[in-house]
Amino acid sequence: MKTRRSLVLMACTLALILAGCGGADTAERPIEEQSLVISNWEGYMPDDLVPNFSEQFGVETTLTFHATNEEIVGKLVAAQGEGFDVVFVSGQFAQALAGQGLLAEIDHEQIPNAENLYDEVGSLGYDEGMQYSVPYAWGTTGLCYRSDLLDFEPDSWWDLLDPPAELSGKITMLATERWLMLPAQKALGFSVNTTDPDEMEQVKQVLIDAKQHLLAYDDTTFYSKLVSGEAWLVEAWDGWCNYGIAENPDIKYVIPQEGTDLWVDTMAILASSENKEAAHAFINYVLEPSIHSWVVENILYKTPNRAAMELVDPSLFETFPNLAMTPEELLQGEVLLDLGDAQPMYTQIATEVLAGS
Amino acid sequence: MTKRLSKADRSRPTRWVGRLLTLGPGGLYLTLFLAVPLAVIVTYSFMRRGTFGGVVYQPTLENYRRAVDPLFLRILWDSVRIGGLTTLLALLIGYPAAFAITKLPTRWRLPALVAIVLPFWSNFLIRTYAWIVLLNREGILSKALRAVGLTDEPVGFLYNRGSVVVGLLYAYLPLMILPLYAALDRIDPALDEASADLGAKPWRTFIRVTVPLSLPGMTAGSIFVFVPSIGNFVVPELLGGGQAVMVGNLIRDQFLRARDWPFGAVLSLSIVGLMMILLVVQAVQLKRTRAHA
Amino acid sequence: MPRFRRWLVFPLLGVYGFLYVPIVILAVLSFNESGLPTAWTGFSTKWYGALFSNDLILRGARTTLVVALGATVLATIIGTLLALGLERYSRSVLFDAFAIAPAVVPDIVLAIGLLAFYTMIQFTLGTVSVLFAHVTFNIAFVTAVVRTRLHNFDQQLEEASLDLGATELRTFFRVTLPLIAPGILAAALLSFTLSVDEFVIAFFTRGAGVETLPTVIYSMVRFGITPEINALAVVLLGLSFTVVVVSQRLIGLRRVVDNA
Repeated sequence: MKTRRSLVLMACTLALILAGCGGADTAERPIEEQSLVISNWEGYMPDDLVPNFSEQFGVETTLTFHATNEEIVGKLVAAQGEGFDVVFVSGQFAQALAGQGLLAEIDHEQIPNAENLYDEVGSLGYDEGMQYSVPYAWGTTGLCYRSDLLDFEPDSWWDLLDPPAELSGKITMLATERWLMLPAQKALGFSVNTTDPDEMEQVKQVLIDAKQHLLAYDDTTFYSKLVSGEAWLVEAWDGWCNYGIAENPDIKYVIPQEGTDLWVDTMAILASSENKEAAHAFINYVLEPSIHSWVVENILYKTPNRAAMELVDPSLFETFPNLAMTPEELLQGEVLLDLGDAQPMYTQIATEVLAGS
Repeated sequence: MTKRLSKADRSRPTRWVGRLLTLGPGGLYLTLFLAVPLAVIVTYSFMRRGTFGGVVYQPTLENYRRAVDPLFLRILWDSVRIGGLTTLLALLIGYPAAFAITKLPTRWRLPALVAIVLPFWSNFLIRTYAWIVLLNREGILSKALRAVGLTDEPVGFLYNRGSVVVGLLYAYLPLMILPLYAALDRIDPALDEASADLGAKPWRTFIRVTVPLSLPGMTAGSIFVFVPSIGNFVVPELLGGGQAVMVGNLIRDQFLRARDWPFGAVLSLSIVGLMMILLVVQAVQLKRTRAHA
Repeated sequence: MPRFRRWLVFPLLGVYGFLYVPIVILAVLSFNESGLPTAWTGFSTKWYGALFSNDLILRGARTTLVVALGATVLATIIGTLLALGLERYSRSVLFDAFAIAPAVVPDIVLAIGLLAFYTMIQFTLGTVSVLFAHVTFNIAFVTAVVRTRLHNFDQQLEEASLDLGATELRTFFRVTLPLIAPGILAAALLSFTLSVDEFVIAFFTRGAGVETLPTVIYSMVRFGITPEINALAVVLLGLSFTVVVVSQRLIGLRRVVDNA
């Protein structure tokens, strides 16, 4: 008995020395010994998802919340990514985090459920081949309006930027700069990722002219303004327009004829994470068709998961028509990319527009 | 050594102990939790923005050159005007209130003071939304006006400079009242009586005795209201409809939206520097007037 | 004791009116069946039920209370000492400026600077890291308020005490402290108020899973203000008012004011 144990001990020591030669840590801890810290937007995931995952896999999981992409990215940069294992951020922000070396490469072998995703998501510009991020939800930006108060059907970004007189003072636009620019960029036929200063100068002029018709710039409460009748036509993300539709069926969503963007919210693993296996297991769990379809029904956002979308309760597609958009329709939108060195120019123009008189 | 201190007749060793006990903890704390973090920001200000944000360690003065921009000066001036108006209104409204509290029967003073800050122990965002509920075009005030027949059309009171000032005033009024109370309550009632005994009318006593003696409270309160007012970005966004940009907005946008930390560092350092110069000038003046007294 | 001039009641009531308008609105909304500000659909207490089963909000409220109380106590002690020191032992205008600086530095700057500093010294983020961060800006406010009280402070009282043979320490606790107590109280109230509502610094310096009330509420903003939060505000106000009234009765907090 005694000798057996010492033999095992020797073998272990030997193994440790051999493994230790490369300076590698004791990687491959079983995932039950790992713990996760996940940051997401509040209300962007069913409440039971994390507890169920935690129970099923024995991974102690802490869920924490951020209000905006900008805040969580700022925090990650200041802390060099420490303190988090998995974060939910939009594609162009995942691109920026990866560009700063803060994200771990995704090990696709550990995410077999990625099979369930539409093939097209492998070629989205912010992260070709899903090297650093896995898509969670996607959607578009368009016009959300009160069909009972408007006497026409808006179908152009110009309806927002240069509206008929009776709409003046009853319009809101998004203030976050990429979406502040988008209506003018699309109306003028430019790319949503343009870095051309001349094009951006024209965009700025259109936006400044549009200001006189606005009630407000609003990123958060535009749908309640629609519900109350304070606003009649607003620039909105499709998922948020659904919140308005849920309260008033006269609210409708339309993508203007000039086209729009395709934004993708993703899951990414931090390079500094010491719990990468558990992190991969979590992402794989979310991509499970039954789980991901429950996400859609719970948060009313589309997911790029073919198997999951097929499981979604069809009656939801009738109530919220934009949920039924196909990947082909969505992919007509332009994928938002990080602007790199042109980002400060966008911020400067946004400031000029908002402060402009 | 000043006259005051020599009169106190404190021996040198006690003075050293006193100095260490009083200035020590604060000095140490602020060195660790303020000076060091600020040093980090100062370092950023000489660096370059990386392509994807963050800082790249290549020393440059470029960020300082960029800060001299008419747009930023205009926003600064705009913020100063809005913040200044807010401060002035807070002083005009807060002074009589603080003065009234000091004249209340003693047992009512603490409750009265607590009642001033109590609304602020609920969340700022909630209170601001409550203003929106009240003032928007389909809101309570507009409906009330229509109900009593003052107007036929819905009237909106939001999304302009006025609503921003009201929001800021609401947010920071207690910051004016509390220091004013602390300063006014200190004034010896005997001074009032002496002045009255000498035949001065109450108003004259107020202007010649009370106001000058409460000057430190007015200064502190004005700083407390002005500084966060020009730094606030939630009120301009929610009540101003995003159509007024304040300095606070500008700085936050550089850090979080542009992800241009070096430039954000320069902007914030210049604001902090500007304020500090103003404060030092004011402190020097205060010391001088006190020396005269 | 000067008599209370009757007309002074009007500006005071005016200020209370202004301060409590939104509070009344959100109290009414919290009892609205639909929870929407658009129309009154009937009286209901269901949002209070929802509040007490919302673990996230309750956890946030608890953390906020811990942070605000802790930061207030620490900042009030450090800040009061600092104020005394600056008035008595220092004539350095630069030190004066240093003591007010935390109130002047934009919150995002302090937030990023502190987070970088915490990361540098490997300080584990949690509730304590937020508390320490809040002490930083609270010190500035406490110091400035207490100093307004110390200005032209009548030092003859202290001298009399010393002449009568009291030690410096005894003089401090029996003479100086009671004299400046209303200032300290005002400062503590201010510091608690600032801390309860602070968002940016709390967001950056908190540890994983540590939510304060402001971080919870800001993260919920995409759904607008939910009626539970209105209910929470009402409960908080009720609670704090009760605490104040009770403590005034029980431990005679008013003596602090009486001594002035």
